Parts: sequence; C-alpha cells; structure tokens
Amino acid sequence: MAIVTQPTPAVPTPPERELPPAAGPDAPIRFFRRPTGHTGGIWGWITTIDHKRIGILYGVTSFIFFLIGGIEALLLRVQLGSPENTFLSAEAYNQVFTMHGTTMVFLVIMPMSSAFANYLMPLMIGARDVAFPRLNAYSYWVFLVGGLFMYSSFFLGGAPNGGWFGYTPLTREMAGHNIDFWVFGLQILGIASLTGAVNLIVTAINLRAPGMSLMRMPIFVWMALVAQFLLLFAMPIIAVALVLLTFDRQFATNFFNTAAGADPLLWQHLFWLFGHPEVYILILPAMGIVSEVLPVFSRKPLFGYQVMVFSGIAIGFMGWGVWVHHMFATGLGPVATSAFAASTMFIAVPTGVKIFNWLSTLWRGKIRMTTPLLFAVGFVTMFTIGGLSGVTHAVVPSDTQQTDTYYVVAHFHYVLFGGSMFGLFAGTYYWWPKVTGRMLSEKLGKLNFWLMLAGFNLTFAPFHILGLQGMPRRVYTYPENRGWDFWNFVSTLGSFLIAASVAVFLYNVWKSRHNAKVGDDPWDARTLEWSIPSPPPEYNFAEVPLVTARDDLWHRKYVEDENGRPVLREPVQAEADDKGPPPSADDGGGERPDEAPEGEHAEEEPHIHMPSPSYWPAFSAVGLAVLCYGLMYKTWVVAVLGAIWILGGFYAWALEPATAPEEPELEPTAEAELAPVGAPAAETAGEE
Amino acid sequence: LENRPGNRECKDVVTARRKGWRTGRGPVLAAMLLLALTGCAENAPQDFLEPEGPVARTIDGLQKPVFLVAGVVFVLVEGLILFAMFKFRDRPGRAEPEQVHGNTRLEVGWTLLPALILFVIAIPTIKTIFDLSNTDEGALQVTVTGHQFWWEYRYEDSGVVTANELVMPTGRPVELTLESVDVIHSYWVPKLAGKTDVIPGRTNRMSFEADKPGTYLGQCTEFCGLSHANMRNVAVAMAPADFDRWVADQRRPANTPPDGSPAAEGLQVFNGRGCSGCHRVEGVSEGNIGPNLTHFASRGTFAGSMFENNPDDLRTWLRDPQGVKPGNLMQIPGAPLSSDEITKLIAYLETLN
Repeated sequence: MAIVTQPTPAVPTPPERELPPAAGPDAPIRFFRRPTGHTGGIWGWITTIDHKRIGILYGVTSFIFFLIGGIEALLLRVQLGSPENTFLSAEAYNQVFTMHGTTMVFLVIMPMSSAFANYLMPLMIGARDVAFPRLNAYSYWVFLVGGLFMYSSFFLGGAPNGGWFGYTPLTREMAGHNIDFWVFGLQILGIASLTGAVNLIVTAINLRAPGMSLMRMPIFVWMALVAQFLLLFAMPIIAVALVLLTFDRQFATNFFNTAAGADPLLWQHLFWLFGHPEVYILILPAMGIVSEVLPVFSRKPLFGYQVMVFSGIAIGFMGWGVWVHHMFATGLGPVATSAFAASTMFIAVPTGVKIFNWLSTLWRGKIRMTTPLLFAVGFVTMFTIGGLSGVTHAVVPSDTQQTDTYYVVAHFHYVLFGGSMFGLFAGTYYWWPKVTGRMLSEKLGKLNFWLMLAGFNLTFAPFHILGLQGMPRRVYTYPENRGWDFWNFVSTLGSFLIAASVAVFLYNVWKSRHNAKVGDDPWDARTLEWSIPSPPPEYNFAEVPLVTARDDLWHRKYVEDENGRPVLREPVQAEADDKGPPPSADDGGGERPDEAPEGEHAEEEPHIHMPSPSYWPAFSAVGLAVLCYGLMYKTWVVAVLGAIWILGGFYAWALEPATAPEEPELEPTAEAELAPVGAPAAETAGEE
Repeated sequence: LENRPGNRECKDVVTARRKGWRTGRGPVLAAMLLLALTGCAENAPQDFLEPEGPVARTIDGLQKPVFLVAGVVFVLVEGLILFAMFKFRDRPGRAEPEQVHGNTRLEVGWTLLPALILFVIAIPTIKTIFDLSNTDEGALQVTVTGHQFWWEYRYEDSGVVTANELVMPTGRPVELTLESVDVIHSYWVPKLAGKTDVIPGRTNRMSFEADKPGTYLGQCTEFCGLSHANMRNVAVAMAPADFDRWVADQRRPANTPPDGSPAAEGLQVFNGRGCSGCHRVEGVSEGNIGPNLTHFASRGTFAGSMFENNPDDLRTWLRDPQGVKPGNLMQIPGAPLSSDEITKLIAYLETLN
C-alpha cells in the first residue's frame, strides 16, 4: 500500500490525498482514538515513538530490573554469609541465582545499553530520530513484555531454576513450568534485541548528518554499532537453541534427549556461540561510554581514535572464535582446546590496547574529578582486573581448576559489574543533565562512587580467594570445614555496601528535582548532543548540523594554538553564533527553516515533520506474552488468540498512516485522518 | 577414616608450605603472597594452590607463573592510572593540555607487547594441554558414574563397586572413565587434578595420582539440580599394601547379622520398608538405583559424602532424607521410618563393613 511509504517531504502531495479507500482497513483503529502529539500522561508514554522517550523508558525499566536483580543478589549473599545457612531453601536459592543472572544480563545490562544507544545515537550523529521509530517502540515494549513474562513465573508456580545458561539435559528434564518461563521469556527478549539491532544499525549507517563520515562518528556510536551487529548475528543462534529446547519440552522431540542418542554438548556449543559474543554485547557500549567520558574530563581528544574503533571491530570479529573457552572441562580433546586457548588469549590484545589508550587519554590531561570521570576510571581499573583474570582462564589446564568456581564468578563480576555497570553509571551521571536539564549532585555522586567501589571490591575480590580455595559456584550451602566462612562473610558485608551506594544514587536522583537548570553544555563537552538544549526538543536539531570534524562541537568552540593547546574560538560570543564555523554550513538542506532558533522566532518552530505516535507497537508486543502463555500451558486457544493478536496488531500497524492524525477534537473523517502533516501537525510537534 | 575429612590435610599443607619456604623450593614471591592470602590460615581442604599429586602440581606450575605475569601487569597498569589521576588532576592554574590525538608508534608497541606476552604464555599452555592428555600405562582403571546426587565407582580389575569415596593407592595413577546416568556433572578433586565434566551419552577420561596417603575432598562442579551443593566426593589414598587389603575386604560378601540381634531386625526393616528395592547388598538385595551398600560401614561418608558415617548422622538422614538433601531420589515408601526402625537399620548398616 502506498501509505506505508515514509512521507519525507513535509508538504502534502495530491496523490496522498487520493487515498481514502485505504481507510477501510483502518477501521479497527477507531476503537482507539489515534494518539497525537497532544496525547499526554501515561498514554503519551505508551504511544511514544520518540527515541528519547523510548530511551528513558528503557533506562527506567532496566534500572528497576537492576534493583530487583540486586535484591536477588542480596538474598544470595545472605544465604551464603554463613555455612549451612537455612535462610533460603535449595529450591529458592536455585530460582534466585538463575533469575539474578538472567536479569542482570538480559534485563539490565543489555536494555540499559539500549537506553543509551536509543537516546544518544541520533543525537550524536545529528539525526532527528532512529531509522524506524515505531519499530523502536516495538523493541521496547517487547523487552518489557519479555521481562514481565519471565517475572510472572514467581506468581505462577516458581521461577526458572536451571541457571542462566540452562544446560541440557537438566533443563530438558526439569519438571514444572519454571524452565518454560525462561525459554519463552528469552525468546521474547530476543525479538526485542533483534529489532532493536536492525533499527540502530540502519540509523548509524544511514542517518548521519552531512559531513559525519564513519571516522568522524563518536566512539560510543561506533561501539554501540559493533554491539548491534553482534546482536544481529548472535540472537538467532540462541533463538534456534531455544526452539529446539521448546520442542523437546513441549512436544517430546529428541534434540537433547541423551537416552535417544542426543549429545548434550550441542546445547553448549549453540549457547556459547551466542553467549560469548553476548559478553561483548554487554561490554562494548560501556566501553563506548567510557571513551566519551574520559576525553571530556581530561580535556583531551580520545587517544588513538582509529585504534579504538578498529580494536572494537576486532573484538567484534574475534568474539566469534572463543566460545569453547566456556567448555574447557567438557573433554573436547587437546587440539580443539589448544586452538581456543590461543584465540582466547589473543582477544585480550585488542582489549589491552583499549586500556592503554584510555590511560593515554588521561595522561597529561587536565583531569576534572567529576562523578562521571570517577566511574569511567573505575571502569578501566576494575575491568583491567577482570581482563587479567580472564587471561588466566585461557590457560586451559589452570582453567580446569578454576572453571565453575567462585574464581570465575569473581572474573565475570569484575567485567560485568566493575566493567559494564560502572560504565553505565558513568554514562548516567554524564548525560543526566542532557536528559533532564538538571545536574545530579556531585557530592552525592562521589559518595555513590566511593561506596560502590569499596562495596564492589569487598564483595567480589574475596570471590577470587574463595574460588582458589575450591568453592564451586551455584551451591546453595557449604559445610563449615572448608575454610570458606570468613571470606563469604566479608563478601556479604560488601554486598550491603553496594546496596547502600545504590540507595545514595536513588536519593541523588530524587533530590535532583530541585537542582538548578543547566545549559546546553554543562561539561564543556565534545559531541553534537551537547549543542542542543537540555532536555532536547522532540525534533532534536532545529537545523540538521553540518559536521566538519570529529568531536564537532569541540571544534566549534575551540581552536588549537601553536602548542596544540585549545583556545576558545570566540570567548565572549553567544552560542548561537557558534553554529557551523564554515560559512557554507547553511546550504546543507532545503527543508531547513530560517536561521536563528533563538530570539523572537523561537516560538515559530520550524516545520519539522515528526513521525506520529501509535498504539500498535505496544499492542502487538503484548500479544507475544499471550502466545507464549498459550504455548507454555498447551492451551491452544490462547496460543491462537495470541497469534491473531500479534498479526492483527501488525496489520493495523502497517495500515496506520505514518502521518499524524487530525486534532482529536475533530470528527475523524477518513480524509482528515489521512491529511498529511503539513503545517498544523508540525506546530504540534514544536509545542511539545 | 574416622578423622573428619580435611583436618589432617591442613596440617600437611601447613608443614608442606613451611618446608617450601625453608628449602627455597616453591614459586616466586607474588605467588607466595597469593598463597599466604588464600592458603591454610584456616582449613581449606579444597584449595588447589596446594597440590598433592603430580597432575595438580603440573597445573599449579603453569598457573602460578601466569598469576605472576598478571600480577605484574596489574600493578603496572593500575599504578599508571593512579599516577595519572594524581599527577594530571585539574588544579588551579593548570594549563589546558596539549591536544594529542594518538601516537602510532606507541600504539603499535602496546599492541605487540601484550601479544608477545600472551604468545609466551601460550607455548607452555599448549604443551601442558597435550602432556596432560596422555594417559599412563598401568593406571588403576575405575569407572565413575554420576547420579543425582552421588558418585558410583566400579573398579574394572576387581569388580568392586562403591560410592562417593574413591579409594586409591598412592604412587600409582588412577584413570577414571566418566559416565552419567542423568544430567551433566563434573568430577573434581582439587588437590589432585582439575575437573572434567561427566556427560550423559559421552565418555570422558581423567587421571591423577596422590603423592601420599590422605583424604582429599572434592565436589560436583556442574550445576546438576536441586541438591547440586550436596553432591560431594572424597578421594582416599592409601599405601599400596593397604589398598590391596581394602580390595580384598570389599570383595568379601556382605556380613550376615546373627539371628535375634538388633542388626538382624534391621535387615528385616531393610527388606520390609523398601530399602532393598533400590540398594544392593550382595547376597541380600538386587536394587540398583541407589548406592551399593554391601560394605557401607567401611566408608567414612555417605549420601554424596555430605554426611559422616556415624549413627547420629545416619539417624538425621534416615529420619527425613528429602528434608536434609532436597530432590534426592531416596523416597521411603509409606510412613516415615519410626525411631525404632531407624535404630535397627543403623545397627544393621553398621555390620556391613
């Protein structure tokens, strides 16, 4: 149908006016009134397709899951705080550790990285939104539905209890629906990740502002882009594995039935072929954040931008060749293990390069000890520890001692918490003023950081010792005479220190409501998102920027003197004059409004077409849960209803005009509804 | 075997370490520091930094130098970061920094240097992988079968079948053939060797040797279900002559309790309350789901080595096997065993030496 084409020209064209027949399939839409730019409150959030609001939704949701996963972690630590503790039963412990891991990986770090990528990628590349705004909304709602679906297990007979990598044949044979929630939940989350990946890849490749070549792209966008490619290729692998497991569990097929001759290692190969790239999916966006934060607060450009980009890409490729290091104890033979030992060691090279380049970025800088910087340096120092213990795992004979002990648990908490989460906290403190227009308190921020650093190390450093003393992971209890009591107790104390640091963060957020408003660029930063107001308007850039350099904003503000030191370009000038240093900047695009977004023209916002909000992404997403409940309980009526729900949602979505509807007060005639945006709708967008 | 497992080890370990200091044998300073940190200040019978056999020692000899290299890199990198943070922090009057965009020579340098270090580590790693994959001639052959949540051992030469405790001679390697009847487990005796997964449908092998007589603790290290934490194992190494005597003892048929004794009543309970359906006692019952109990009293531990073999622990276990070891397969049909029945059963089990 013609109406699905993206209406790039803001001016209505006659052919589009001739489309009333298409209103026929539109009929079901009338059950709801189509949302508009005026739709406020909760419905405004549900129907939004603004990448910034979706980014905020991702961020808030994943942070709530972070709190839940953290509470689970505290439960685990209380149970292990003393030997032979009975605080949690074996069953409860197994559910909680499975959900802790699954939550932190799939419901916290991945979506929180998505939050940053969603919010920042268009801003950093000078775009007005992502490539597929409705698909973007769909990704978020599918993620939320997947998370809620998985957590509904706690109320429906028990949460998943087979560990976050769900080894078969255990997960094939376990009774109850616990594992089914995990299988279907991950399948739903996979859809969210895949659609998100496609969207962000197209965004980064196609929507960059004029002049922003790939090698001028901010490093965060680069790292997020590599992570999206990893997602694009990794998620289908786990989807396949989960489909096989689903068939085994629901329809008694024999993919993993060892009694029928299946090889359980099939699952492990599939899972880790997904699972190792997944590790880099979790770390690369945080590496990107750190690579943005360190230069800003060192007042130096990122050291070795090209090497940082290429090492990120190298990690992306090499990440596919190391999965067997999760399986060194499975008896694959000396040749296979040697090959993967070598590949695992050599993936440390591009990672090491990054660490040295971060260090060199700080070197001889003018380091401002702000909270974002502290968290970013926390990332580098803690990630280094995790990286080094990672190298010791590559030494296969040693790994046969270390694997599946707390030494491994220490390792991956140093890379995922000390790494990813510290990076995400750095990003949160750094971009908070951009998103909200207000600063977080630096005082509380530093308290947050130091508490978290101390708590983190108190919790996880003892895991190294416990692991070397032979404490296996995933044990709900341990006897007294193993010598593990002391360090477990210390670790439990540390975990509450982390909880305290998170409480400080929450208080900081709560208190920031009253903080003073900040300007566009409170950190004196380098990238485009700081050239627009805080918070940014719906359309991001009143004028699509013309990019002339890497760190374009910095070069608009500063020139270098003969010693290579930055000197303010025009120290006293107002920011409005900073736009587009070269005079040729203004001939960039025909649809641009007149100059001067400030001053008395400010209210006559430019006629920028923004895609219109929609109910259908959220609606379709909910259908997935219906379908999966139906399949899980083998209630075929519900499953079919779910399928119809999804397809119906897609159908209505496809037929819904991409343009905004008329004002809701008007009787929505077919013609009115289809009237492409033109001037009135754009004003709507501007007022928001 | 009456010792609580592990107590003896720590003393051994402590003396071994003192000896190490005195003779100057033993690894470099940093590794020793790590040892001091993780070592036997308390009793840590599963500490694999204190190997007690050649295989574990080979691994240890590879692991500690790697720890040392990692330690040096750690100190260097973290030191540089802290130095930079201190030295280059913004102070009043500090000039704007020079805008350095990179330095190709440096970057090539710190790409090649780690690659070189890792290459140097890779060589002994791969050599050791191949060394450890060779099996020894004349090893004692034992088939280990993983069950949820206990281990079964079958000695191929003598036909002896036992559970949870691997009895082995010192000075002679044991080669284990690892199989599972249900899910994936992983067999591990940290002081003697690294772990090897026990995978249904596949046969894995591992071998190790103990230097001297002792009790070496281990446990299952692949999550295998509800009572994974309660699936432990013990390796009991004894002098070859003691081992031969042990084999001879194990090959005897089960003792028959004298008529009228409490043990004889216990045998009736054993047969009457369903125990015999799952447990084999040579000449008495044919069960093959649970551990073979023919020489139960000769073992130091039971129920996946989570209990010591003494009347108190036996009573705890028999009173409520599901309560103390959730998810295990031992279901007592009908009503729980009465106190009287338990007493008689224990009397019977204690005769099975």
